[in-house]
Amino acid sequence: MARALINVPKTAKRGQIIEIKTLISHIMETGFRHNSTGQIYPRNIITDFTCTYNGEQIFRAELFPAIAANPFITFFTVATESGTIAFEWNGDNDFHETAAAAITVE
Amino acid sequence: MAVTNKNKIRGQMSRREMFGAMAGAGMAAAIRIAPARATPASMKEAIRSVVGEAPVNKGKVHLDIPVLVDNGNTVPLSVDVESPMTPTDYVKAIHIFNELNPLPHVITAHLGPRSGRAKLSTRFRLADTQTIVAIAEMSDGSFWSASADVVVTLQACLETL
Repeated sequence: MARALINVPKTAKRGQIIEIKTLISHIMETGFRHNSTGQIYPRNIITDFTCTYNGEQIFRAELFPAIAANPFITFFTVATESGTIAFEWNGDNDFHETAAAAITVE
Repeated sequence: MAVTNKNKIRGQMSRREMFGAMAGAGMAAAIRIAPARATPASMKEAIRSVVGEAPVNKGKVHLDIPVLVDNGNTVPLSVDVESPMTPTDYVKAIHIFNELNPLPHVITAHLGPRSGRAKLSTRFRLADTQTIVAIAEMSDGSFWSASADVVVTLQACLETL
C-alpha cells in the first residue's frame, strides 16, 4: 500500500529549479484531544521529514502537532545531476516510511 | 448606577445617565480588548528560543494564508523568502509559529543553497482566530519575519470525538 505520494519531475535541465511535492498518509494525532470520558488520545505524529538527493541532504523539516493530518509538504531544489531523490519520514511509535524517485538531468 | 432622583422608580435611568453608562461600558470593553491583541507569551518564548538575542526584522518573507478559514483542521500555508540562494547567501531555515494553538510551533524547515528557491508549502491546523508568524533564518545570521491574521470558523485541535 502506497502510504506516501511524491511528485518529482522525471526529467529536468541542469541547474533548473524543480518543485517537489510530498504527501503521506498519517493521522497526526495531536495529543490534545480527548474522548467523551475525558481520556486523552496519546500523541502520534510524524516528527521528522528528510529529503536527500543522491545521498546528500537537501531539505529537512521538523513537524509539530499543528501540522494537519496526512502531512503535505512542498519545497524546491536545483536539479544538479541524474540520480535518486529519496524521502524519509520518522515519527512517534517508531513510525518510519521511505520513498524515492528517479530523475534524469540533461 | 445609583438613581439619585427620588421621584424615579428604582433602577430606571434618565437619558443622560443611560448615555453615560454606555460610554463607560464602551471604554471598559476597549480596555479589555487591548491586552488580547498582544502576542501571547508562549509564542514570544518559542521565538526567543529559536532566534536567541538576535533582532527580528520585518520583511523579505511572504506569508500566504487564506484570510478566512472555514475549517481549521487543514489550512493551506505557503512561505516565500526573498533570497538569491547562492552558496554564500541563502536561507538556512524557515520557522512558523502560532499564537493560540496548544503549542506555539508549527513547522521548522531547514534549507540550503541547493534549495534554489526558499519556498515552502504545507497544511496545518488552527485552534482559533489568531496571528501566524513566519521567521526566516539567513546564512549571515539575520532573522526576517512576516505575520498574517487568520479568522477561523471551525476550530481544530481541541474538539471531542
